[in-house]
Amino acid sequence: MATEKRDKEEEEVKTDDGSLKIKPRPIVQLGIFLVAHSPVFSVVFSAAGVLALLILPLLAKNTYISENALMPGSARSMLSNRDVSDGSKLVKDIKNYRLNHEGQVQKLIGKYMSEMGAEVYYQKFHPEGNQFHPLHFFSGPDSYTLLDNVSCASYGVNVAGIIRAPRGDGKESIVLVTPYDFINGGDYEALSLGITGTLFSLLARVTWLSKDIIWLVADSRYGDYRPVAAWLTEYHSPSFKDSDLLKCGELNTADKFRRAGTMAAALVLKVDGRSERFEDTLSIYAEASNGQMPNLDLINVVNYLAVHRQGFYVKVEKVVSLLSSSWLKIIGEIFEAVGKLAHTLNPDWNFGIPTADYLEGSATLASSLYSQALGIPTGPHGAFRDYQVDAITLKVSPRFPPDSKTRQHDFFLRGAKLLEGTIRSVNNLLEKFHQSFFLYLLTSPSKFISVGVYMIAFALLVASLPMVAASLYIDGCKALNNSTLNPAGNFKSWKWLDAAKQVFALHLFGLIVTLLPYFICQVPGQHSPSNRSIMWGTTSSSLLLITFATIPGCSPFSSRRHGTNWAVLKSVTISAAFIGLCLMSIINFATAEIGALLLVPTCLIVQPIKPALRSRRIKSLLGAFCSMVLLTIGFPVMLFAISKGLFGEGLVGLSLGGEFWTWLESLWAWKSATYLYIGMVHLPCWLLCLCILFHPS
Amino acid sequence: MASLIRSWIPLLILQSFLVAIAFGSKEAEEFSEALLLKPLPDRKVLAHFHFENRAPPSNSHGRHHHLFPKAISQLVQKFRVKEMELSFTQGRWNHEHWGGFDPLSSMNAKPVGVELWAVFDVPQSQVDTSWKNLTHALSGLFCASINFLESSTSYAAPTWGFGTNSDKLRYGSLPREAVCTENLTPWLKLLPCRDKDGISALMNRPSVYRGFYHSQRLHLSTVESGQEGLGSGIVLEQTLTVVLQPETTSVETNMQPSWSLSSLFGRKVVGSCVLAKSSNVYLQLEGRLGHESKNVDTEIEAHKLWKNADFDLSLKPDRVLRESSSLLFIFDIDKSSDSEPFDLGLTWKLPSKWSCQQAPLQATRFLMGSGNERGAIAILLKATESQEKLPGRVVTDGRCTIKANIFQIFPWYVKVYYHTLQIFVDQQQKTDCEVLKKINVSPSTDKVSSGMLEMMLELPCEVKSAAISIEYDKGFLHIDEYPPDANQGFDIPSALISFPSHHASLDFQEELSKSPLLSSFKEKSLVRSYTEVLLVPLTTPDFSMPYNVITITCTIFALYFGSLLNVLRRRIGEEERFLKSQGKKTFGLKQLLSRLTAKIRGRPIEPPSSDSPAAQSSFLSSKLIFKIILVAGAAAAWQYFSTDN
Repeated sequence: MATEKRDKEEEEVKTDDGSLKIKPRPIVQLGIFLVAHSPVFSVVFSAAGVLALLILPLLAKNTYISENALMPGSARSMLSNRDVSDGSKLVKDIKNYRLNHEGQVQKLIGKYMSEMGAEVYYQKFHPEGNQFHPLHFFSGPDSYTLLDNVSCASYGVNVAGIIRAPRGDGKESIVLVTPYDFINGGDYEALSLGITGTLFSLLARVTWLSKDIIWLVADSRYGDYRPVAAWLTEYHSPSFKDSDLLKCGELNTADKFRRAGTMAAALVLKVDGRSERFEDTLSIYAEASNGQMPNLDLINVVNYLAVHRQGFYVKVEKVVSLLSSSWLKIIGEIFEAVGKLAHTLNPDWNFGIPTADYLEGSATLASSLYSQALGIPTGPHGAFRDYQVDAITLKVSPRFPPDSKTRQHDFFLRGAKLLEGTIRSVNNLLEKFHQSFFLYLLTSPSKFISVGVYMIAFALLVASLPMVAASLYIDGCKALNNSTLNPAGNFKSWKWLDAAKQVFALHLFGLIVTLLPYFICQVPGQHSPSNRSIMWGTTSSSLLLITFATIPGCSPFSSRRHGTNWAVLKSVTISAAFIGLCLMSIINFATAEIGALLLVPTCLIVQPIKPALRSRRIKSLLGAFCSMVLLTIGFPVMLFAISKGLFGEGLVGLSLGGEFWTWLESLWAWKSATYLYIGMVHLPCWLLCLCILFHPS
Repeated sequence: MASLIRSWIPLLILQSFLVAIAFGSKEAEEFSEALLLKPLPDRKVLAHFHFENRAPPSNSHGRHHHLFPKAISQLVQKFRVKEMELSFTQGRWNHEHWGGFDPLSSMNAKPVGVELWAVFDVPQSQVDTSWKNLTHALSGLFCASINFLESSTSYAAPTWGFGTNSDKLRYGSLPREAVCTENLTPWLKLLPCRDKDGISALMNRPSVYRGFYHSQRLHLSTVESGQEGLGSGIVLEQTLTVVLQPETTSVETNMQPSWSLSSLFGRKVVGSCVLAKSSNVYLQLEGRLGHESKNVDTEIEAHKLWKNADFDLSLKPDRVLRESSSLLFIFDIDKSSDSEPFDLGLTWKLPSKWSCQQAPLQATRFLMGSGNERGAIAILLKATESQEKLPGRVVTDGRCTIKANIFQIFPWYVKVYYHTLQIFVDQQQKTDCEVLKKINVSPSTDKVSSGMLEMMLELPCEVKSAAISIEYDKGFLHIDEYPPDANQGFDIPSALISFPSHHASLDFQEELSKSPLLSSFKEKSLVRSYTEVLLVPLTTPDFSMPYNVITITCTIFALYFGSLLNVLRRRIGEEERFLKSQGKKTFGLKQLLSRLTAKIRGRPIEPPSSDSPAAQSSFLSSKLIFKIILVAGAAAAWQYFSTDN
């Protein structure tokens, strides 16, 4: 699409040059028409883009099981009371053990597993945090880095048990993960062990297994994610070299690690807190790093079994503050009215949905977009996605307090039945998950928007950029022709070079700013996040000043003679933003979508403020005001503050800088491409817009 | 004197000929059947059926056989097979609990799916042809897709890594072959009594296939007679090894389950196969039990062996044999009849625990890396507990070493970088010359032949663990080379780990045993174990969307060729000049229309009317608007009426 547009522009320029009045081809004509009326079209396209985004909850389709082999819920559950009593006994034993003993609960769980007939092993891991390294972006899961000076002071111990499929060939496996804090784990957390223990007791004696089952009890003392990631690293890329960690503690774990083939799918089960509703609640978390999602079929199977077989209330995360927002409600009402009207015109047109559904859908969609755009996994399942394993986290909230014995039995039975059904479906799979969608957004557990639909909004938003760039370029060329009469003006095709220099310089600056935190982290001594952010801010601004000072024509405050024409500069800026957004849309679509929402209006609306102030016309003053507002919002720190406020995470105080630093640190620690986007696309474009705003034209 | 001798010579020749005939008739075809039962430490029971069929050397081809299956003898004669083994396996052999250092496990623990190897007695140049023909013949004989081993990408010619040193050996395996009754039935047809009588009558399909491990094996070897003019004899050995879980009612988990033949198989033995020379049932009890009673002198002591505080046998054994660590009870089933079926049962009275003897090193194999990028195959050898007790250590240059052979076939789409071979012994990286004694590599050729790796490692005796890793790249297949269900991934066949300095044998003191099963146990067999099959995910095209592919490629082609032709053919300047001269006179469409009408009427082209272009264009546009309105109206009307119905 972009190239096509460029072609049009070139043709257009050619015809413009040779002052011949020849009728060009229709496609060229269309191009000329679009470019000539670019202000109108850009407004129309951008508005359509925003509208398309708002309309997405209406276009959501019901999910369906795409892979026939899954056959969820077609088999009768084989769970018996014996299994449930096994699970309950495990929970009781753990409670008693923790009351009476100081020590490793892991051994108790290991004993339970081996009694069931599983192969058990323990794995020690070191809770080292993710280190930022500029070259490790996109490099996949980090290879096992050997730590030289491992202290035995802090290490975690995972327990894993493997049930070998009786007649299976051992090529594939299904992983069950229950994070459990062996030191401070609450009663609710122990329930997840009860559910899995119940299931494990069943799976140890069934004959239908074709894939091995691995149950990993992750030591969540150091967070949920880290133990799972450490276990996966050991599973997929072990180091055969000697490690000091193995010598820590009395538990000998050397050479005990066992594997069970390629992983087909993984389920992470967590039990937390009491359900606010009457039913037991099941929350599904699916977003992995950089907006990668597991295959939709996995979510479908869990949702189908939870809703239609076990009677859970299934939900996915949503932005709660949006549910009560009045503007969204009004939009929902409008859509409802339009839908009703359409229905009266033609009974087949059933796209209208009630306002309440619309609000729910958009709140979920916003959360889905936000989680994908952030690029940080929403649970331990994210570690699996790094190894191309489909995984989701199931968070169950029971409706009873954890010490209620009578309800516990029923809860274990239903939870285990849900997992049993899911495992049975995955077990049926001959091939790995490939049939259903990988690129989708959820608007409810049973509704999704596929890539073909949600990319329309982005395409519409972005489409106006090349048009405006072309028309601005023509304007700029004309202006230059009029103003300068020097012979150099004959090289018309090189007019953009000055502007491109400036754009390039600022993008380079963006790259340096992106890499700066790595060096700031290397600064010896302990610094608080606020201090680090101040260091970062000062270095960046001084660098910016140096850039403006050294490269002539770069600064917005330079004299008019050196400065480039603002129209040409804006044209090149818009082109750069267009390229950046398109590239980002390939890496992480949600980031590009949200980025386009911010960047496109800013880029389109920004104009030098001086002439606007001079002219004192209301229209130009309004434009200047709008661009000021947009630019203020567009500043990354400001954006962070707004998003925090929107997601109801408390008002931001003076520690804004520190919090921003921590946020960015988490972004790069999770290898989120959003960090690169902010540093290398958003920040330079924002600065360029500032330059245009203060352009001395 | 000389004449006397001369007259005696014909007589002597005649006599020797007669003797030979007499011997030949005496050495008739023999068939014997046996069943070995063995309780396993993890509360399961192993049943090993063993049938041996011997055809003595004969001097005529196409000879009539009494007992020996004709299909097999024809196979041997046609393809000149010297030795061959075919196995169908389902499930995995548990080396930890079921043992790895006895003849039973080293011969019957086979890789998942089909494994076939054969040694031919033909000139070197004909070996591959014979192999290909043999695979097709076996494929038809056993209702299995063994013919896939025909392609040169699926088999290899091991030189020394397999254990049998021969340059006429071919080896191939199909890990994905599903094994079921359709493979068992033709196998049973080779038995003289099929499954109608004798021990094979126990093979109730549901109970045999319900087991945890199931391996049916067919091994044949030719015996050279050593005499001129006499053909070779054939020994056909058919075994079926199943591991079953006895149904238990007791809740106690540390108690071994009690079982009987009828509870295991759902059937009983009623008499032996009348054609069998011997038909015995053996019960082997391993571990602590064997050591308990040393003296079997008195009748009471002997009685104690099979009816004691620990366990109880339902039938009195005919004989009891002792080995260093196990007891063998022998039962003759000839006595059983319809009224008194042979139903051996074992009842445990006390909980007992024992462990099986394991191979010196336990091997596991796994894939490293993820996704579609480069990966690595790692083989991990771990010392087992019984390693120190085993014989077979070799002391060279004052160092005690364990030898281990690794034999591995790589399909061509797994492109192995042999230079990346890394060996770690006890977490220390070793250079190749330290531990690698011998290595033979034959790299794969794309779509032509598979790669093969044979290594001989010499590890120190006190080794705790050893790891071997080798990196590979994933190849791309042509679209029609993908098997069905390609998205599952591709299999790398099992690696074979054998220990050339370790030999397993069971030595029963009594020399009386003439049973083929016991004599096969007595032979020293190479200790070997197979690793797991690996699943490599390769890049697979989206098979369900050929339409998309076609559309995209066509679009790209159209764009490319269209623009290329435009660039090559069009002369912008010329066109402009042409348009300048022609453009003012006529409009393209108008001219075309007039040409068309002229053609229809058969008249020369009329010059265009001298209307002013402005008027014409306005006329055209009003016409166009009218047309659009007409179409829109029609559409609206159609929509209205269609929704009414």
